[in-house]
Amino acid sequence: MSIVEITALHKSYGANEVLKGIDLQVQPGEVIAIIGKSGSGKSTLLRCINGLEEFQSGSLTVDGKPLLHNNAAAMRELRQHVGMVFQSFNLFPHLTVGKNIMLAPGLVKKKDANTNEALARKLLERVGLAEKFDAFGDQLSGGQQQRVAIARALAMEPAVLLCDEITSALDPELVGEVLRVVENLANEGMTLLMVTHEMSFARKVADRVIFMHQGLVHEIGKPADLFTNPQTPELKQFLRSLHD
Amino acid sequence: MVDFSLWDIIRNLLLAARWTVGLSLIAFIGGSTVGLLLLMLRLAKLPAIGPLVAAYVQVFQGIPLLVQLFLAYYGLGLFGINTSPWVAAGIGLTLYASAFLTEIWRGCVAAIPHGQWEASASLALSFYEQLRYIVLPQAIKIAVPPTVGFLVQVIKGTALASVIGFMELTKVGKTIANATYSPFLIFSCVAVMYFLLCYPVSLYAKHLERKIHVHR
Repeated sequence: MSIVEITALHKSYGANEVLKGIDLQVQPGEVIAIIGKSGSGKSTLLRCINGLEEFQSGSLTVDGKPLLHNNAAAMRELRQHVGMVFQSFNLFPHLTVGKNIMLAPGLVKKKDANTNEALARKLLERVGLAEKFDAFGDQLSGGQQQRVAIARALAMEPAVLLCDEITSALDPELVGEVLRVVENLANEGMTLLMVTHEMSFARKVADRVIFMHQGLVHEIGKPADLFTNPQTPELKQFLRSLHD
Repeated sequence: MVDFSLWDIIRNLLLAARWTVGLSLIAFIGGSTVGLLLLMLRLAKLPAIGPLVAAYVQVFQGIPLLVQLFLAYYGLGLFGINTSPWVAAGIGLTLYASAFLTEIWRGCVAAIPHGQWEASASLALSFYEQLRYIVLPQAIKIAVPPTVGFLVQVIKGTALASVIGFMELTKVGKTIANATYSPFLIFSCVAVMYFLLCYPVSLYAKHLERKIHVHR
């Protein structure tokens, strides 16, 4: 059974239709990279999956649960299954790293304080920041902040992790440390959907690559096929433009 | 002409200043409570409620406080409610302060980056939890200086309650002036007292502003 199932998804901002009928099934453990020009709808698609964007028609289920915008209880349930990491990290600046991670499991999953802290410390160790438990976000580098954000998302034990251009705001020398964490997650069997500009990373880690163009899935396939043997002129042009 | 020593004047004005402070506190506490409630309603993005709150703010910001106090005093009387100046001034100033505070605080909440809402929503926090644990703690830091600054406006605004017969600093000053025929002396004393009430509050606001800037 697919873990994310998207059928005929349409989304528009006013008269401007940004998603024009998306169909996509994601299998558990699959790593999917979404590429495409800016404005092609790739971030919007990702943000539809956890309800940050509302769509006008079509259906979307995660772990068998349908996404219902007007049902707060259903949204709360669904969002516990979908983690998200943002381009701009979005750590809570008034909380320490540890509290950033422990907040949602404590509030939403009612984890008791001890289990919660143990989990937070374990996750921080996993992203290589064990010693930063009591630090604040503004004391960390961008790469470190992003790794905390990943740990924070993982603390909810999501079935799917959405990564929205998570290295785009980083200095080049910090990109590697974040991608290594993501690669480890992929190897451990986490289901990942990532919008990315890191083509070599997509090629190495993704099981499938989706090329989006003008609000549609324009081409989809294994990275080896897609990158070496693009079928459509749009993808050929997009790949060429990366090398210019 | 009645003979008042300077001490008599100051003693009477000091006694009256208690009511100025009392009225300021009522206005500020009442205004904060109602203002916070209105803020929540506005942030909840319920259909129809947001524009209603916005209209409320515009109405109270667009009518002079003096006229609002008249309306509260005579309006309540019209409904057969026997109002004392206390009740009328308390209600009038509460409504006035709530309108301004809710608008000040809305600005502070709007200053919190959108990503904070999105990140907390992604973590399955409810609207109330987002406010309580993520947005308000950050917004309060920004809100303290303008809020304390507004308190100064409220303290001075209580002077207007004199027109509906509320015996606060200004009204008592006027009464004594009428009896002693030395209005300049009396109102100078009144002015000094307002200044002594407001200046420490202003200083405190400045201090808070500096403190918060250091932390940023």
